[in-house]
Amino acid sequence: MLSTRLGLGLLKPSNKFLTLKSQQIISKRFINQVTTTHEREQEILTQQRKNRPSSPHLTIYQPQLTWYVSSLHRVTGVLLAGAFYGVTVAYAAGDLFNLGIDSNSIASYFQSLSTPTQYAIKATAAFPFFLHAANGVRHLIWDAGKELTMKGVYRTGYSVLAFTAVIGTFYTFF
Amino acid sequence: MFAFKRSIISLRSPLSRGLATTTEKPSLIKKFKIYRWSPDKPSEKPHLQEYQVDLNDCGPMILDAIIKIKNEQDPTLTFRRSCREGICGSCAMNIGGRNTLACLCRIDRDVKKDTKIYPLPHMFVVRDLVPDLTHFYKQYKSIQPYLQRDSIPEDGKENLQSVEDRKKLDGLYECILCACCSTSCPSYWWNQQEYLGPAVLMQAYRWLIDSRDQAGRVRREMLENSMSMYRCHTILNCTRTCPKGLNPGKAIAEVKKQLAFA
Repeated sequence: MLSTRLGLGLLKPSNKFLTLKSQQIISKRFINQVTTTHEREQEILTQQRKNRPSSPHLTIYQPQLTWYVSSLHRVTGVLLAGAFYGVTVAYAAGDLFNLGIDSNSIASYFQSLSTPTQYAIKATAAFPFFLHAANGVRHLIWDAGKELTMKGVYRTGYSVLAFTAVIGTFYTFF
Repeated sequence: MFAFKRSIISLRSPLSRGLATTTEKPSLIKKFKIYRWSPDKPSEKPHLQEYQVDLNDCGPMILDAIIKIKNEQDPTLTFRRSCREGICGSCAMNIGGRNTLACLCRIDRDVKKDTKIYPLPHMFVVRDLVPDLTHFYKQYKSIQPYLQRDSIPEDGKENLQSVEDRKKLDGLYECILCACCSTSCPSYWWNQQEYLGPAVLMQAYRWLIDSRDQAGRVRREMLENSMSMYRCHTILNCTRTCPKGLNPGKAIAEVKKQLAFA
């Protein structure tokens, strides 16, 4: 009599009136059956797959040291490489077309800038450089299979950031 | 809103009071914002829907909360769940910004903060919190995750292994393939079609270091290309997020070493 006790007795066929009513409710509320064939099923699936959205990723993922430092490493790498090629090409072009770009003229131009601008330029060069270099060493340690625990990842990560802060500041002001 | 009110009232109904054995606590309402999308209405863009749950009338885990929501407020809310104890890997989702199993993730009892729940990141959504894992499983199949041998065992019955060799598999075989790590990996987000991802690569390592397996050379050759494994840039979101406390990042580093030095 478990069914009666749980209130499922209403569904027993003996009670004509209630059966009718409950069946109607069930068919209305809970059962939504569609007869289909295998081919039709595949069609529906293909149709649905065309519409499926991609779930959100970068914008909703928790900020973590792991992927923040990694993206900084990538961005600073691109910037440094760009700056390196830029300066190299500028030197070559200066030589070819006699634009007067050489170390002396660059140094004297730098001296003519205001002090805050000088600091800003030095900071934008120093911080990315030391971050990228220090994190590069971190990657070499990882490639050797060391410091690859959560503890190690965070210890080395914060070390890189601290190193960058100290050395970057030093080369900005001295 | 109506359904929500009803559930509060039923709390105070004579029946539930009669069954309750503990003293009644004041309600502690927590807001959950859950990602919704239905294939039946493809023109409707995915959106976050807010639900309110009384934490003093709910189990401690996120899974308890979303089951409660489904039971009492919105039966259309769709998600996968099975074992409710972190061994099946069904309820993997992005909770509060990180991938984990809903059944192993405690609800943050700070009601001032909403908890946002999304499906696993950068996956095609079947519906609501259900991602399409077909490709993930195909990738797992592609690494041939089974013992391969040329020779039959000496006694004709068992492939024996020393205690030390067996120990090498610890921390690898426990993976339940919930896909939390793979879908936390930015490399996997951008190169899902070709990059195997941390979960599958850790299983590739599991078979590479199994002393009983004899297909190591073929297994290594399969990974020897620019995409399958070398899209791993040691970001380590995988190890950070693994709900089972495993270390896929370390496993991939070991495979890289094997490929470099073997």
